[in-house]
Amino acid sequence: MSTTGERVLIKGNEAICRGAVDAGCQCFFGYPITPQNDIPEYMSKVLPSLGRAFVQAESEVAAANMLLGAAACGVRAMTSSSSPGISLKQEAISYMAGTELPAVIVNISRGGPGLGDIGPSQGDYFQAVKGGGHGDYRQLVLAPGTVQEAYDLIRKAFDLAFAYRNPVMVLGDAIIGQMMEPVTLGSATTPTNVDQDLGWNLQGKGQRHPRLLKSLHLTDGALAGHNIRLRDKYESMERDVLFDNFLVDDAELIVVAFGSIGRIAKSTIRALRASGKKVGLHRPISLFPFPSQELDRLAASGKRFLTIEHNLGQMVEDVRLAIRKHADSDFYGHLPGNLPTPEDFEQPILAALGVRT
Amino acid sequence: MSGYQDVIVAGFGGQGVMLIGTLLAYAAMEDGQNVTYLPVYGPEMRGGTANCTVVVSREDIGSPIIRLPKSLIAMNRPSLDKFQPRVKDGGTVVINSSLVDMDLADNDRLRTVGVPANEIADSLGNTKMANMVAIGAYVQLTSVVPLEVIKASLRKVISPNYAKMIPANEKAIHAGADAVRG
Amino acid sequence: MKNGKEAFTLPGVLADIPTHYCPGCQHGVAQRLVAECLDELALSEKAICIGSIGCSVFIYNYLLVDSVEAPHGRAPAVATGVKRARPEAAVFTYQGDGDLASIGMAETMHCANRGERVTIIFVNNTVYGMTGGQMAPTTMVGQRTTTCPGGRCADNEGQPIKMTEIIASLGGSAYAARVAVDSVKHVRAAKKAVRKAFEAPLNNLGLGFVEILATCPTNWKMTPVQANERIAAELIPYFPLGTFKDVTELETIEGPEVAE
Repeated sequence: MSTTGERVLIKGNEAICRGAVDAGCQCFFGYPITPQNDIPEYMSKVLPSLGRAFVQAESEVAAANMLLGAAACGVRAMTSSSSPGISLKQEAISYMAGTELPAVIVNISRGGPGLGDIGPSQGDYFQAVKGGGHGDYRQLVLAPGTVQEAYDLIRKAFDLAFAYRNPVMVLGDAIIGQMMEPVTLGSATTPTNVDQDLGWNLQGKGQRHPRLLKSLHLTDGALAGHNIRLRDKYESMERDVLFDNFLVDDAELIVVAFGSIGRIAKSTIRALRASGKKVGLHRPISLFPFPSQELDRLAASGKRFLTIEHNLGQMVEDVRLAIRKHADSDFYGHLPGNLPTPEDFEQPILAALGVRT
Repeated sequence: MSGYQDVIVAGFGGQGVMLIGTLLAYAAMEDGQNVTYLPVYGPEMRGGTANCTVVVSREDIGSPIIRLPKSLIAMNRPSLDKFQPRVKDGGTVVINSSLVDMDLADNDRLRTVGVPANEIADSLGNTKMANMVAIGAYVQLTSVVPLEVIKASLRKVISPNYAKMIPANEKAIHAGADAVRG
Repeated sequence: MKNGKEAFTLPGVLADIPTHYCPGCQHGVAQRLVAECLDELALSEKAICIGSIGCSVFIYNYLLVDSVEAPHGRAPAVATGVKRARPEAAVFTYQGDGDLASIGMAETMHCANRGERVTIIFVNNTVYGMTGGQMAPTTMVGQRTTTCPGGRCADNEGQPIKMTEIIASLGGSAYAARVAVDSVKHVRAAKKAVRKAFEAPLNNLGLGFVEILATCPTNWKMTPVQANERIAAELIPYFPLGTFKDVTELETIEGPEVAE
């Protein structure tokens, strides 16, 4: 556990672990897959020494269902994986959403579809934000752009998971996972007392009425009522929207990019600003809830938009929905298999600005 | 951008390029600056070189990935071949002249400095410290962080089991700096 | 009861409501044995039940204990998560044959192999009941189901899986037994086995596993009596009853002896 204010140089994957430990994560369930192996390795070393639980599961399917079990008890628990493994966790994520269980899932995503590659990619945006599993549900999705954010957002993920009784995904990539940056650590939270009664969690009934956590609703109208309540909950998540604006006020063109791509685009924008180009950056940090209101506000003030992603175009659909009353968004997709650099984004930005080169 | 520096550190696996990249990153943090350290990842790993990118800045840092770096530490020939053409005009290139023919240096476009890192390290008792000689030279040439901070950060990257090696490594850093002091 | 004494009462942990089970189904007997053991071992206050998918799913409506519903086949993984989060709880799953031995085979095997301190109650009626009588991993060779209408063929579909033998062979299981509830004598033995399957993890010995052979008259297309008779005539000869493992104290695993 950390000393408040301590400054350390760590990679993103370790920041996620330290954030989780400091947030009072009591149980971790994982399975090996590149490029997130640092996470289960770190947790296997640290959690048992703190008297907490680490289990290497037989599969990602099992890991996610172990998470469901621990979440049902009301303790802070998490799992991590990378894209193909996250696909396998979708079953339990859907059940946890339906059962309203608080859980944290980390996806250090890689290229796909299928086995893809082990390099960075943002190809899992749709899976993370639009469901992934079956049924009419939502999960909160937080996308760190720095190692400090990786540490801070995993902590926030636990808070949000319990505030909404809902799964929360932290979506990173190999760039965020593998790079080292200084991180200022926060205070360590003591794990939830397992005896703590949250009003819904399983403890063994003791003297009270038994509790039942389930997602099956067979009686007439029961599922409709449940889903309407879930919808209201999902809409209320709007108040926790997170984003980062950079030089947007006088910008003619706003680049919309998240995670590692957002920070790489920031370098491009700085370079273009130096030659007088009025470009700004809007970086969504919460992908669900999506900062639609803020984008709408920017669009209403006459800005133009270019969405840049490390995929063939996924978030751009949400950007277009958000700004549809006032504007459209151009799109540039950097393909997986090679690392994006600030220079890669120069021409697409100039083209969106209408600059002939 | 004020005080902005970036560097690709490249060499054979085993030459300790990741170690001096990490050392530079720790030193920058100790110096109160922002820093990113990114080891190569993916297909590039199989190109015969190991490399990492370190960005140091007083401002917050955008991209941790740099295609056109301001500087390069090339510990071997393949690293120079691969990265020298990408260094920005007027950029600084530290070349391990023990292993690389200095005729290959692009003196017209770049500020290239040969440092016989292996020989210097040998003379100090251990060829393995060639990486420390190179980082000493780079820090002296760019002033990215004070030399004293680099030395003080050795304890962060050298495990306590090898603490007795720290004084020798400090000497190697100094020798690298001395070799390029104009 | 006005005259005489009450000979048969409802276990306190069993809800006093009608069940959804078909006439002649032996889930009712199985769940009653679980309820009696929970009462006798005074576990109801610290028990957490993991429901599975199949006819077994509504166990959580009948047992008055804290419960969570697992996805199909995943009950042993969910039980692992619950037990690791709450080591003091008495955690048990209640699963059918499709859930446990087909889609949940990996979770079942690994949960047992890790020696999770949980109890698995496995009700084997050789058929997918809730979905309408399809072939299960434990369907007998020659048995007709809606997905093997000509009868299970060993060449095509393999032999019925003997789970208790498999679980007994794994290092982490402390107790593994197969029982039936087709006669009074068998019911009495079954009760003892269920009780031991709960005691093994509570005594920190390892996983407790009990397989209960049970009828499904509806999907077997039999009367309750015919179905009950089939247990002895067809099932027990292939699925022998008995205790396959009973570790009474933690065995120390030692390496091979080294010659002096």
